[in-house]
Amino acid sequence: MTPKQRIELVCPAGSLPALKSAVDHGADCVYVGFKDATNARNFTGLNFDPTAMREGVRYAHAKQRKVLLALNTYPQAANWKDWTAAIDRAADFGIDAVILADPGLMAYAHQTHPQLRLHLSVQGSATSYEAINFYRERFGIQRAVLPRVLSLAQIEHAIANTPVEIEVFGFGGLCVMVEGRCALSAYATGESPNCNGACSPGKHVRWEQTPAGMETRLNGILIDRFGDEERAGYPTLCKGRFDVNGETYYAIEEPTSLNTLELLPELARAGVRAIKIEGRQRSPAYVAQVTKVWRAALDRLMGDAAQFAVQPAWMAELDKVSEGRSHTLGAYYRPWK
Amino acid sequence: MEMKPVKLALGPLLYYWSRQATLDFYAQIADSPADIVYVGETVCSRRHELRLDDWLEVAQVLADAGKEVVLSSQSLIESESDLKTLRRIVAQTRFRVEANDMSAVRLLAEAGRRDWIAGPTLNIFNPQTLGLMMEAGASRWVIAPEMTGAALADVRAAQAAPIETEIMAWGRLPLAHSARCFTARHFNLQKDTCEFRCLGLADGLALRTREGEAFLTLNGVQTQSARVYNLLADLPEVCRSAEILRISPQGSHTANVLELFRNTIDGTIPAAQAFEQSAQWMVDQPCNGFWHGRPGLELHQVATSTCL
Repeated sequence: MTPKQRIELVCPAGSLPALKSAVDHGADCVYVGFKDATNARNFTGLNFDPTAMREGVRYAHAKQRKVLLALNTYPQAANWKDWTAAIDRAADFGIDAVILADPGLMAYAHQTHPQLRLHLSVQGSATSYEAINFYRERFGIQRAVLPRVLSLAQIEHAIANTPVEIEVFGFGGLCVMVEGRCALSAYATGESPNCNGACSPGKHVRWEQTPAGMETRLNGILIDRFGDEERAGYPTLCKGRFDVNGETYYAIEEPTSLNTLELLPELARAGVRAIKIEGRQRSPAYVAQVTKVWRAALDRLMGDAAQFAVQPAWMAELDKVSEGRSHTLGAYYRPWK
Repeated sequence: MEMKPVKLALGPLLYYWSRQATLDFYAQIADSPADIVYVGETVCSRRHELRLDDWLEVAQVLADAGKEVVLSSQSLIESESDLKTLRRIVAQTRFRVEANDMSAVRLLAEAGRRDWIAGPTLNIFNPQTLGLMMEAGASRWVIAPEMTGAALADVRAAQAAPIETEIMAWGRLPLAHSARCFTARHFNLQKDTCEFRCLGLADGLALRTREGEAFLTLNGVQTQSARVYNLLADLPEVCRSAEILRISPQGSHTANVLELFRNTIDGTIPAAQAFEQSAQWMVDQPCNGFWHGRPGLELHQVATSTCL
């Protein structure tokens, strides 16, 4: 059986070379952000200035691919105009869709640029068809990206009850928390994904070799400590080792990546319309490697779903670029919860 | 000196207590200085010591005692059964509803309710989004914990029409929700067979750094701060931006905390002194960083004496 609808491969790009890399290796859509706090990967040295954005759109469109713009942070009264200006620029640059989380901003885009396609960002925290249909009715969103909290059966149920296209995460860094509902980084550093477009930002990170081992800190808070035989990971605060009742372990989540390659036939059967790869903060080489594997897997699936089997070589390639060099099915697999 | 008269609200119980402990708690709250009481399960659908019908009974008892009662809806909606409970909450008309997810907003708007409360998980950060919620029928909003006092003042200045603002002023901060249950994970259990281990943890499960510093609190699928958000010292300023202050229930002394807030608002106790007195009822160190635009865990010292 072959899936009725084509599944789009949506790949990340934090720079023009990464965008070209995604397009060259088979992405259907590339998602990007401006060089400011209007998107949830607001990292130093990352993202697109106007010149790069124009060139990126030109490059993708020349090869019949789409460019999606993430404007998925929540503007405040004081900086509201920066976000609406970003939407105006997106429309001007010929962006194929904007990915939004804030209802106020959706209303602005819907009224000011009625031809501009709207996607509901994962940061919008819509985990049910009732929530998704709210954004559909009010702002005409055409696609929703689901937070990484639902099981396969729950995803299928949502799809059956909404006309909105559903996009899910397939691979990359794993948020354990409902996206858009996490203030852990704000609590520890004062900067959050919601308001500043950053989680556990680099300027608050300190690596320190001590007699007890390599210590990683976030704004002074000890996130983890590594022995000589261990590979010290970035101190994303939900992926450290902590003490609960005298037991030290990864109390929230291990440093691991989401990888749903083996669920692809089921995601297709459920009616998922797009697979998103996480990683705008990663290198063009990462983008190339991951895009190549997922392109091959999706082509195989679209060719003949009954014959689809995950190739060991695909998994090996993906594990090479995984956080912690390991992977999980996350919430798609019920026991993970 | 008296401050602007603000109301006191008791937020929804975020922990999982036994049926008897919960009923005893609300019996005590009926006699407390709380003006408004939010009831219902907002954290985890597996918690069933009190089911919706039980919560409705608690609500009625509190209403009979003169409280304004609000039914709070679950923050993370995953299944059809979650939606079913939500539809029942929306369908009853005796009590107002706190919408903690856009699914609730849609259902309330569809039902034509014009009296609901936009909860703290709706991510309302600007006047435009607040305006949309008001169009959909919200008549009060609870600000997200991470919103700063300055940002709130901006929203209120730009608001087209008046709406009641509620600010969490006491309690461990609800910081995140997940599909995963961290309490079950701690006991090496899966969520579906969690043995209801939250039951033994009146104030949640403490998570410390490897240096022993209290950092977070695990409360099933919810993660809270370890420190207690405490805006007592900031009340003169906070009260200028709010009509309602929210106290979040804790394992013990919640009624004492409500009384202390009442006395501070009434001007019987100066804010700085109230802050000092509150130390005896705090389960951990105080923090107030979010209000001051700082990392949430920080404690910003306030020169309250000049305000009073």
